[in-house]
Amino acid sequence: MSGLDARQITVRLDGTLIIDGIDCSAPAGAVTALIGPNGAGKSTLLHALATVLPTSGGVIRFENDDLLTMKRRSRARTIALVEQDASTELSLSVAEVVALGRIPHLGPFADESAQDRAIVRSALDTVGMADFAHRDVTGLSGGERQRVLLARSIAQEPRLLLLDEPTNHLDISAQLSTLALLHDLAVKGVTVIAALHDLTLAAGWSDYVIVLSAGHVVAAGATAATLTPRLIDDVYGVHAEIVERPGQRPTIAFSPRG
Amino acid sequence: MARTANGIVWTVVLAAAVIASVTFAVTFGPAQISPAEVWGSILHHLGIGSTSLSPLRDSIVWDLRLPRVLTAGAVGAGLSISGVVMQAITRNPLADPYLLGLSSGASLGAVAVLLLGSALLLPFAAFLGAVIALVATLLLASAFGRITPGRTILAGIAVSALAGAVTSLIIFWTVTGDSYREILSWLLGSLAGARWPAVGIAFVAIIVAGVPIMLSGRVLDAFAFGDTSAATLGINVNATRWTLLTATALLTGAMVSVSGAIGFVGLILPHAVRLLVGPRHRLLLPLSALVGASFLIWADTAARSLFDPRELPVGIVTAIIGAPVFAALLARRRVSS
Repeated sequence: MSGLDARQITVRLDGTLIIDGIDCSAPAGAVTALIGPNGAGKSTLLHALATVLPTSGGVIRFENDDLLTMKRRSRARTIALVEQDASTELSLSVAEVVALGRIPHLGPFADESAQDRAIVRSALDTVGMADFAHRDVTGLSGGERQRVLLARSIAQEPRLLLLDEPTNHLDISAQLSTLALLHDLAVKGVTVIAALHDLTLAAGWSDYVIVLSAGHVVAAGATAATLTPRLIDDVYGVHAEIVERPGQRPTIAFSPRG
Repeated sequence: MARTANGIVWTVVLAAAVIASVTFAVTFGPAQISPAEVWGSILHHLGIGSTSLSPLRDSIVWDLRLPRVLTAGAVGAGLSISGVVMQAITRNPLADPYLLGLSSGASLGAVAVLLLGSALLLPFAAFLGAVIALVATLLLASAFGRITPGRTILAGIAVSALAGAVTSLIIFWTVTGDSYREILSWLLGSLAGARWPAVGIAFVAIIVAGVPIMLSGRVLDAFAFGDTSAATLGINVNATRWTLLTATALLTGAMVSVSGAIGFVGLILPHAVRLLVGPRHRLLLPLSALVGASFLIWADTAARSLFDPRELPVGIVTAIIGAPVFAALLARRRVSS
């Protein structure tokens, strides 16, 4: 199949079992939301899929490649990971941070070409940060930095884009434009997996969901069919009502159970 | 991108500054020697032309001042490069081979082997001392939880203090007479004894360890947002970290074996160069090396001329300049964290 297919992923951190033999998949050309309560293992699974956390056993296939045995550099040209709250002490300019995304594409001693610089500019444009190109990244707000890191991952030109809470620190309009951007990338053929804690965003913007709870996948499938009030009640312990209006993305209204 | 164009200009300017520094630093001293005479002597010994200097004055240039100045330049360059690597790999703007204990460890290694009577093993013993000190510092910093910049500095101070004490003890026990001077030159750093063999050791270290490090600029850039981020950019994080830290220990060890533990060079110069050209390592590394070379040449010239005929250990000069810089960096960190 095309897209991502992971089997029997197990992750232990400091001896504690965080992810317990998970099978999951995400089709190419779609946005898959990874949801679940705090501590369910969303972030850990995402890092395992990005192959930056050691897994004990298991197979991760992406478009006929075995990600776990792939060469580092070609893997870095295939997968990009947008971490949550990544920061730096270095006073790099915004454009320089985005240019880091070109590292896997450059020879060790090659200079960035005009094409690399064009890719960097276009990535900044895409996230609406073109005017910030020469700003010092250490002086940005959390939301601005988040968008710069998203631009870096776009400049990396991945076919598999993994994002850990990409809407954190963003105001509502930036949240919506980020999800619209992920949707556009998916339409262009990128396999997008985003860990989201906001179920309304997941309901409105993802094509598929993977629902995690306590290190296991408890449900997975097309969002509309999977993310039901009953599932939300089971996993999160709250009452939910899916509000669908013609011509608009669905939203969810929550209330305490009982 | 404008920084790249600036970078070429800065490289040329700073390389010229190193050549000028060598030339003029050699003219400093009790015997009056002109810059032209300095170059006359250098070219004469390279087999080009003949020198107008008397044999005695030629010997002052060629046998005493020039090797000392060249050693100062190479040590300054090496310590600066080491500082840049340690700051990048530990993501700690306060990291420096002296503050993290490498220099004291290297001093201890050097002194120990020197008293066993083998000058040939000196650089290797210093390297070993630097590696052991580095590992001790990092283990100590990580022993009680996550490695933070503050914890690393404290661990470095502890390792440094212990290595310094053992160094002093060894010298006390084994050397008679004027041993205080020797202790000071190993603990505070001094280039007073640098002759051509020192130049050889320092330049070989620059070529063997410094040049490969300078070519890894892009790899160091990848560490800007941490280990995970570097891994997603295709870097083999652990292999890279240990290779570069070992190269740094080699470089520091070699430099300490010819100069003792000179502090703050690896801290001051990289920060100064970042203000000029930004933090990207492909430029930062070579420019820090060039600025470090000029800086230590002039610091050493000041150390030997300010209180002439008495000589200060050059480490006192670098500490007087470095301590306020360290304080300023601390103050800035308080604001940012």
